[in-house]
Amino acid sequence: MKPLLEIKDGIKTIYNDDKNLNILNNINLTINPKDFLVVLGTNGAGKSTLMDAITGTNDLTSGKILLNGEDITDEKLAKRSRHISRVYQDPKSGTAPRMTVAENLLLAKRRGLPRRLHLRHLKENMPEFQKLISSLPTLDNRLNTFTEKLSGGQRQTLSFLMAIIQRPELLLLDEHTAALDPQTSKDLMELTNKIILEKELTCMMITHNLSDAMKYGNRLIVLKKGEIILDLNQAEKDKLKENDLLQYF
Amino acid sequence: MSLIVSTISQGFIWSILAIGLFITFRILDFPDMTVEGSFPLGAVTAISLIQSGHSTLYALLIAFIFGCLAGFATAFLYAKLNVPILLAGILTMTALYSINLRILGKANMSLTKSSNIFTQFGLDKLPTNFNGIILGIVIIALIIFLLIIFLNTEKGQAVIATGDNETMAASIGINTTVMKFIGLMVSNGIVALTGGLIAQQNGFADVNMGIGVIVIGLSAIIIGEVIYPDVPLSVRLITIVIGSIVYRLILMIVLQLGFNTNDLKLISAIILALCLALPTIREQFLKTMRNGVKTK
Repeated sequence: MKPLLEIKDGIKTIYNDDKNLNILNNINLTINPKDFLVVLGTNGAGKSTLMDAITGTNDLTSGKILLNGEDITDEKLAKRSRHISRVYQDPKSGTAPRMTVAENLLLAKRRGLPRRLHLRHLKENMPEFQKLISSLPTLDNRLNTFTEKLSGGQRQTLSFLMAIIQRPELLLLDEHTAALDPQTSKDLMELTNKIILEKELTCMMITHNLSDAMKYGNRLIVLKKGEIILDLNQAEKDKLKENDLLQYF
Repeated sequence: MSLIVSTISQGFIWSILAIGLFITFRILDFPDMTVEGSFPLGAVTAISLIQSGHSTLYALLIAFIFGCLAGFATAFLYAKLNVPILLAGILTMTALYSINLRILGKANMSLTKSSNIFTQFGLDKLPTNFNGIILGIVIIALIIFLLIIFLNTEKGQAVIATGDNETMAASIGINTTVMKFIGLMVSNGIVALTGGLIAQQNGFADVNMGIGVIVIGLSAIIIGEVIYPDVPLSVRLITIVIGSIVYRLILMIVLQLGFNTNDLKLISAIILALCLALPTIREQFLKTMRNGVKTK
């Protein structure tokens, strides 16, 4: 199988307390199509830095990133966003508050494409957006609601929809349920899992929730001090118990 | 009566500046000090060109383009060289003082040509000060129309998204740097255009005429928002015009009460401060009222 994403000898160094510190230390990672990769690790292990490097928000100090075999290491964030989408932990990070739900979805529909001097086609897209949110009680009938009026859970659900509306080749979920209450978090995680499986998306999800790490995904990696110390496939993961993971923290 | 008509006329013309400022202050969500330099830039450009025999429309077009260039300079400092926006605006504004002196050749220049945009196209046949109102309405209608069209394009939406949430905008592939350039250039172009109009209305250009214009623009925006809160973007542009007229009427009333015209900038600043503080004052007042009711 041809890998979707490869990180080769990825190193990210920052200058901290008068010395160089490797946030990512020689990372070698291959993500195959339809992988649902769950990433665990303590705070500061390098999980978000890894996602930053993949999206192009914060480039690697050295190493290469290949997408479908093509070197994207020096590609700008805007260009990479055509293939890679990300949902952040903070519900406020993923949406434009003074724009409506429909306007946000329309922005996301042209993910990674040049913004032209053409009139947007909001009305024409409304039926599609309505269909998209009709099965979601939290967002139903809210297409014309300004995003700032939505709850954290609703905003995060919208962020997730924006991330998947133009089927991304790689979906990155950066603790996207961590800032929500337990029930909302559970609901969004269920929705996430359902859509990933239905659409056969390739996904990398960071979580601190060990139960979620065990329940969801077909692959599990653990990061510690910038290194991958555990990489399990579905069969290996099935043999694992939740408590077994505690030793890595 | 003529004083009120004159005040309304000024309100219309100055609201064009406020609409320009709205692009940076409310859409891109940062204060841009460049306007204090791009406003006189438009004025000195227009007056110099008219005095050297060019048409008023050509003079205004060039004023607009020069304003865009001023916005480009600030955008370059801010979006490309990562200079904080306040400092970038102040740097451009400072540099523009010398540029304005170079364009004008001296600190101020009167418009000695009999013809200006307020006396052309049959506007001179209107009663006194009505020419400003009619011209103001025409230009405002044109700018608001073009702005609404632009903001409803994919690019316009990208500019709004950049000001609304830059992280999100960047993550969906919007080139936020380009959007900042567009916003700052269009904004300062409109401000310079206003400078060109005001200079023709007043009959002179002065390199110092930009001092305090940001307060005038912000006052119009804030007063409009206080009178008409929570309205769609297209309506907000119209509320700025109303805000500008109300602001001019407030100033007129204050001056009629006998205040010294030297205190105009002080009064302007106090009016803006009051408008900015109004939501907090209103909240505190309502809280006190509620507590008062509870105590009883």
